[in-house]
Amino acid sequence: MQSAVKEAVSADDQALPAPALLEVDGVTLRYVTPTSVVTATWRVSFSCAAGERLVLLGPSGCGKSSLLKAIGGFLQPTEGELRLDGREIRRPGLDRMIVFQEFDQLLPWKTVAGNIAFPLEEARHWRKAEIAARTSQAIAKVGLAGFADAYPHQLSGGMKQRVAIARALASEPTILLMDEPFAALDALTRRKMQEELLRLCEEARITLLFITHSIEEAILIGHRIVLLSPHPGRVKAVMGTQAARATPEAARLLQDQITHLLFTEKFDQGAGI
Amino acid sequence: MQQAVNAPLDPTTLLDVPADDLVVERPLPAWKRLWNIAALRRGLVLVLLAGLWQATALYADNALMFPTFTDTAAAFVTGLRSGGLLSMTLTSLQTLLIGYAIGVALAAVLAGLAASSRFGDDVLTTLTAMFNPLPAIALLPLALLWFGLGLPSILFVLVHSVLWPLALNTASGFAAVSETLRMVGGNYGLTGWRYIVKIAIPAAFPAILTGLKIGWAFAWRTLIAAELVFGVASRSGGLGWFIFENKNELETASVFAGLATVVLIGLFVDIIIFRTIERHTVRKWGMQR
Repeated sequence: MQSAVKEAVSADDQALPAPALLEVDGVTLRYVTPTSVVTATWRVSFSCAAGERLVLLGPSGCGKSSLLKAIGGFLQPTEGELRLDGREIRRPGLDRMIVFQEFDQLLPWKTVAGNIAFPLEEARHWRKAEIAARTSQAIAKVGLAGFADAYPHQLSGGMKQRVAIARALASEPTILLMDEPFAALDALTRRKMQEELLRLCEEARITLLFITHSIEEAILIGHRIVLLSPHPGRVKAVMGTQAARATPEAARLLQDQITHLLFTEKFDQGAGI
Repeated sequence: MQQAVNAPLDPTTLLDVPADDLVVERPLPAWKRLWNIAALRRGLVLVLLAGLWQATALYADNALMFPTFTDTAAAFVTGLRSGGLLSMTLTSLQTLLIGYAIGVALAAVLAGLAASSRFGDDVLTTLTAMFNPLPAIALLPLALLWFGLGLPSILFVLVHSVLWPLALNTASGFAAVSETLRMVGGNYGLTGWRYIVKIAIPAAFPAILTGLKIGWAFAWRTLIAAELVFGVASRSGGLGWFIFENKNELETASVFAGLATVVLIGLFVDIIIFRTIERHTVRKWGMQR
C-alpha cells in the first residue's frame, strides 16, 4: 500500500515539471491533550507546485486541519519537515495567509477596509498609500466595492468570506491556505464563491492549498487531490483532476472512485490512479 | 444527471404579481416613534417617581423625616449656590478618579499576566476568588491603621473595590477570544503585548466594559461610605461627609439633596459616559445589541 502511494505521488510529480513550492516531507503531527498524546497525521508527504491548486480531501479525523495548522506555522511536526520555497517553516508568517471556515475570523471592530488593511499595516513593510491602494484593489477584486466602510456584522456569510479572501490576497502571499472556507455557506452562495475563487486563482496564478470534506468541491477546485485516510491521517492517494474537470462523465467517475476509496478500507491497486 | 437533461421537463408556471401600488416601507405614527426613544420613557419614569414622592411627602407632612421633592430641590440649589455641595462633590469625584485610575492600571497588569501565562492565570483566579467577595469598606479600619487618616486610606479601599471585578472580567474576556481570532493574530505575526493590544483587548472589549461599569459602581458606593466614616474624624470633605454633617444638623432636605447628588452622578456616568462608549464601540461593532 505504501509503495502504491509513492508511485502515485512520483508519477504526478513527473506530470508537473514545475519545482515544488510547498513540500510536506514525512510529516508526523502529534498534539497533547490534558489526558493523552494524539497522533493527528502519520508520515504524510506531498508537494504543491507554484500556481497549483492542491486540495486536501478526507473525512473528519484525517488530520487535514492539523496539516494546515502545521503549514501555517502553528504546529511543529514531531517528525519530518515542512518547506516553503526551500526554507523550513518554523513560525506563522504573512507568506502563508490563512482563510478559515469561521466567520469570526474577521475583526468585528474593524470595517471591511480596516480588516483588509490590518495585516498590511502590521507587517510594517508597506507605505500608507500603498496599503490604501492594495486594500481598495482587493475590495474591488472580490466585488465588495461600496461596502468598504461596513462592519462585518452588517455583511452576509458569503460577503464575510469574500472579505477574508481579499484580506488574505492583499499581501500577495506565496501560498494561500484555505480551511473549508465555504463549508458554513448555503449551497447557492457556496457555488458562486467557488466560481469566484477559481476566477481569482486564474487571474493572479495563485498557489492554493484548499481543505475540504466535499468530494465535488475537491474536484471543482483542485488541479490535484491529496486523499487522506483517518486515525491517524495518512496519504491514501494523490489524484489529478484534469480529465474530470473536462467532462461531467469523467467527474462522476472520479467522484465514484474517491467515494470508493474513502468508504472501503481495502486499497484497490487496479483503480488506475 | 445526463438522463435528467434528456428527459422532458414538467410544465413550469410563471407568475407575475403586480406590486406597483404597494408601499413597501411606511413610517410609524409620531407617538409610536416617540415611545421608541428610551431616554423619553425613562425620563417619564423619573417624573412619575418625583410626583409620587411629592404626593407622599405632602401627605406625611413631616419635613424632619421626609421632606418634599420641592424642598429637596430647593436644598439642592442652595447647596450648589453656597458652594458646599459643589466643592464636596468635586472632592469626591477627584478622589474617585485617582482611585479608579490606579485600580484600572493594576487590573490591566494582572489581566495581562493572566493572559500570558498559565501561572499568572492561577494567581489572578485565586486572588479574585479571595478578595472579590470581601467588601472594600471592611478594609477601611485596616487602611486607617496602615495609612492613617487621609487620602491614601481612601485610595486603598477604592483600588480594592475596582481592581478585582475589573481584573476578573478582563481576564475572562481574554480567555473567551476565539481560537480563530488567536490564529488570525498569529498569522499576522502578533505575539506578546502586540497580540494583547491589537487582538485581545478589542475582542474582549464587551467584557472589559462590563468590568469598568461594575468597578465604577463599586468604587462610587465605597467612596461615599468611606467618607461617611472618615469625614467624622478628619473633616476631609466629600459627598459622604456632606450627608453626614447635614444629618447631624437635622437638615433632612440637605441630606436628601446629598443623596440625590450621589444618584444623579451615578446616572450621569452610566447613561452619558458608559452608554456613549458603548454606542461608539461594542454596539457599532455588532458585539452587543
